[in-house]
Amino acid sequence: MSEAGTQTAIAHARAGLQPPAPLPSVAAVEAALTEVPDPELPVLSVVDLGIVHRVDVDAAGIRVVILPTFVGCPALDVIRSSIADRLATFGLPVRVDTTFEVPWTSDRISPAGRRALASVGIAPPSEPDAVRCPFCTSASVAMDSAFGPTQCRSLYYCRACRQPFEALKAV
Amino acid sequence: MTTARGEAARPTAPPAPSVEGLDDLLRSMADDEFVIGFSDSEWTGIAPLLEEDIAMSSLAQDELGHAQALYGLLAGVTGAVDADTLAYDREPTDYRHARLLDHGRGDWAMTIARRYLYETADAVRLRALTTGTWLPLAELVGKLVREERYHLMHVGLWLERLASTAGEPRDRLIAALESLGPDAGTVFTPLPGEPALVEAGILERPMAGLEIAWRAEVAPVFDRLALPAPPPTRDPARGRTDHGQAFDWLHGEFTSVRRSDPGATW
Repeated sequence: MSEAGTQTAIAHARAGLQPPAPLPSVAAVEAALTEVPDPELPVLSVVDLGIVHRVDVDAAGIRVVILPTFVGCPALDVIRSSIADRLATFGLPVRVDTTFEVPWTSDRISPAGRRALASVGIAPPSEPDAVRCPFCTSASVAMDSAFGPTQCRSLYYCRACRQPFEALKAV
Repeated sequence: MTTARGEAARPTAPPAPSVEGLDDLLRSMADDEFVIGFSDSEWTGIAPLLEEDIAMSSLAQDELGHAQALYGLLAGVTGAVDADTLAYDREPTDYRHARLLDHGRGDWAMTIARRYLYETADAVRLRALTTGTWLPLAELVGKLVREERYHLMHVGLWLERLASTAGEPRDRLIAALESLGPDAGTVFTPLPGEPALVEAGILERPMAGLEIAWRAEVAPVFDRLALPAPPPTRDPARGRTDHGQAFDWLHGEFTSVRRSDPGATW
């Protein structure tokens, strides 16, 4: 504990107050965020998806700044409240903000996240002409439609193993 | 992830002389995205193919999201209550979208023609804002262009498909382009507060210059596909104020839920 911290603790003890709970480290908050799944791609945590831009912890509370994958992403409110719910265990006020300060791009998805996507049959993001089938890894694929079941996914068909599949858009 | 602290606060207030111009610019862009997004959402459930039903719904969702973000910036600049108030609580005459978007939904060829004309124009406009000096807008635009790329790719393929299929598809496309063409340039209707935006470095150049760049970009495509290129704009001074009956109907549609229960939230 720093000298200032010691002084504060002594002051609290003299006043007969409980010392405030120690603040969680940023690393502890980040570790907790790895347990928050993305609602549209639940095999990925918000950390693997790369949308956590910044974590600040101070006496006022925990502030998490996230990057929307898409400007109009309808899952944002759910993501905000899942993050707030998970971090509530630290016993501090939690604030979740969004920013476009840097754009979320699909190369922010972690290697573990890319593997998790492929394991559920979703091709990880790559330029439209470099997509590979997540089932048989063939490059002989065709885009059926740039738009799929969520804003961030496209529809493809694999000519080699004859499976339709989805690919994350490269944005 | 970082734990940056004590960094310089990012300026979010625009330079004073450009506030009026930003009001004009953000309102026109947000209304464009809102109106085309709402119009295209009418295809949900009735598009000609299942994939197109999904695609058109997804495009519409993107555009409404863009409108929401732009209305959010506009609310911050003008002191309006929030994005929803701007989207839903105005009279039809107070909307500033381009007249290109006032032709009613029409058939599939009309939808593709309108979207092609709009997307190509919007791409030129966005490009003129990416290096702007007002960060909240430049950052948002940086994100928008990444999404709009897919819109342009998708509608470009449909334009080619309809143009190169002789008979009804091509005939209907040409009819749609002839009907929309004189209004296509209204996306670049000069904005009253535009000079201050150019002066402040928020907008790269005046709308008139952007219109020239857009016409030069689309001309080779229309030429290659032997389609009628957009003629000079009809009644350009009123390109964003003269909306007509088709928009009155659309306005009634998109405000109906709001009017049925004012102040309701999700």
